[in-house]
Amino acid sequence: MAKYITKRVVYMFISLFLIASLTFVLMKLLPGSPLASAEKLSIEQREVIYEKYGLNDPIPVQYIRYMGNLAKGDFGISFQYKNADVMTLILKKLEYSVILGAQAIVFGTVIGIVLGMIAALKQNTIWDYGSTIIAILGISIPSFVFAVLLQFIFAVELEWFDVGLWNGWKSSILPSIALAMGPIAIAARFIRTEMIEVLGTDYILLAKAKGANWFEIAFKHAFRNALIPLITVLGPLAAGLLTGSLVVEQIFAIPGIGEQFVKSINSNDYAIIMGTTMFFSVFLIVIILIVDILYGIIDPRIRLSGGSK
Amino acid sequence: MTNKLEKLPKDSFERITIDSTQAEKISKPSLSFWQDAWLRIRKNKAAIVSMFILIFIVFMTFAGPFMVKHDPEAVKVSHANLPPKVPGLEKLGIFDGVGKLGSKTVNLYELKKIDTYYWFGTDSLGRDLFSRLWKGTQISLLIAFVAAFIDVVVGVIYGGISGYYGGRTDDIMQRIVEVLIGIPTLVIVILMIMMMDSGIWSIIIAISITGWIGMSRIVRGQVLKYKNQEFVLAARTLGASDRRIIGKHLLPNLMAIIIVNMMFTIPTAIFFEAFLSFIGLGLQAPKASLGTLINDGYKFISYQPYMLFFPAFVLSLLMIAFNLIGDGLRDALDPKMKD
Repeated sequence: MAKYITKRVVYMFISLFLIASLTFVLMKLLPGSPLASAEKLSIEQREVIYEKYGLNDPIPVQYIRYMGNLAKGDFGISFQYKNADVMTLILKKLEYSVILGAQAIVFGTVIGIVLGMIAALKQNTIWDYGSTIIAILGISIPSFVFAVLLQFIFAVELEWFDVGLWNGWKSSILPSIALAMGPIAIAARFIRTEMIEVLGTDYILLAKAKGANWFEIAFKHAFRNALIPLITVLGPLAAGLLTGSLVVEQIFAIPGIGEQFVKSINSNDYAIIMGTTMFFSVFLIVIILIVDILYGIIDPRIRLSGGSK
Repeated sequence: MTNKLEKLPKDSFERITIDSTQAEKISKPSLSFWQDAWLRIRKNKAAIVSMFILIFIVFMTFAGPFMVKHDPEAVKVSHANLPPKVPGLEKLGIFDGVGKLGSKTVNLYELKKIDTYYWFGTDSLGRDLFSRLWKGTQISLLIAFVAAFIDVVVGVIYGGISGYYGGRTDDIMQRIVEVLIGIPTLVIVILMIMMMDSGIWSIIIAISITGWIGMSRIVRGQVLKYKNQEFVLAARTLGASDRRIIGKHLLPNLMAIIIVNMMFTIPTAIFFEAFLSFIGLGLQAPKASLGTLINDGYKFISYQPYMLFFPAFVLSLLMIAFNLIGDGLRDALDPKMKD
């Protein structure tokens, strides 16, 4: 186990190093400059600003400085937001995104588990088909389509919510639901398959033979065993949520990281783009690592180092 | 009981003798793998319906732009923001060209003295949304198919080489994959698209730059499984070259898993295209794709919801259809499911 974790951590750092280098190279190749929209600057003033930010240094020097700063957790300063420190900016926006993501994942997995269990326990009934349809819709339809539909129905037509305005917790309800559709679908499908498999095992038969009631079988025996493999999908789920949040935050005008990221892309704010990219990468890579390790600890049958060998 | 049995006519029974010469006879017609799979997928109603929907959509992407006389990219400002109007249906009170102008609900076609029909309405520049929708779907599908094809080709070659040759080659190739797999798709797609000029090809490249990894891992696993089996050994003993073993013996065994995976790659590619277009990194006007159409429609959601509904509906339909076909194929091509 220790050997496996060490190996994974080493790979994690190589991946991160690669992403960091790639962001740097891409940003240097990118057309457009953060000062492009500031037309009033004379060439001299522009030079002074370039000098100040070290943009005139040779590329390798800039690269080493950039990597050094990254290692210290310093993502540089924003070109746009009055020299705001990127790390501070991200941390400030993080709150909204975390609330949204956490609500979506909790809501999504709980509803998904309930749907999946109903489907498994009432196999081949209308309940089963209903939850299967919800699962297929949730997996197929992108979260931003749900987001715009929800906004149209509940905010534009019914006027239950404000349109494009962050107004406390209430504003997080619709986006959370839109983001939760994916997790609902994945969790429901997963739990259904696992439950059906577990319900067919001998120990469930034994429990039935011993006279355990329906509730005990469903929850104490089947559910707990079906739940373990669900951990494996949490990693991809987090990645999906992050992708979705970029657009969903945009649609509902939530002042989170995703919205900031998209804004920065359109205004060539290199520092924020690089910082956010690194932040997303670290976040996802660490989550997937934790999920894999957790799975190995919880279920000793899984031998992580084996893989396909 | 016994009485009743005696009443049964004798000739409804036939004596069967065990004929040892017939013992080896196969009563069921011999079916090839693909015939068998077809029999199984035919029973899957969802997959069959999805297939028809998909065929219909593909047909419409080619026929749709020719069904109306409006060019999908032609700008006509005097015809801007018109709601849908369809001949025939307009008498039923739907698709009758009635839309909002400010706070009033009026027939915009009469108001602007336009006697032509825009089946799905027009956008803010007066472009016909019906032909635009199908043209956009065509481009989205093209991007998805090409991206999926690249994923398959690169993935199969990479995974095949890695698995077949094994040893040091495999070690090095797998270390590279392990590093690459750590890079989140979202991050790499956005970075790549920012570096290149936005266009169909840059979207395709951005999507496939990490897309092949999943495929290569699956192919490698399968090759590892098959390459030590007896039929490969037999072929090698008979002097078959590596190329022949890979092409004639291993690849046919991998076909099923490759096709199933491709069916799931396509919707992912459609999604990423729409996603990129939505955050403003996709195609530039006047070109359209499902993503840009949804993005355009979203901006006018309060006034002209139809601008959003049609592309969102087609996108959802496509995603559902591909997923259901993928599910159906996975079940049908699973050799354990033989019946």
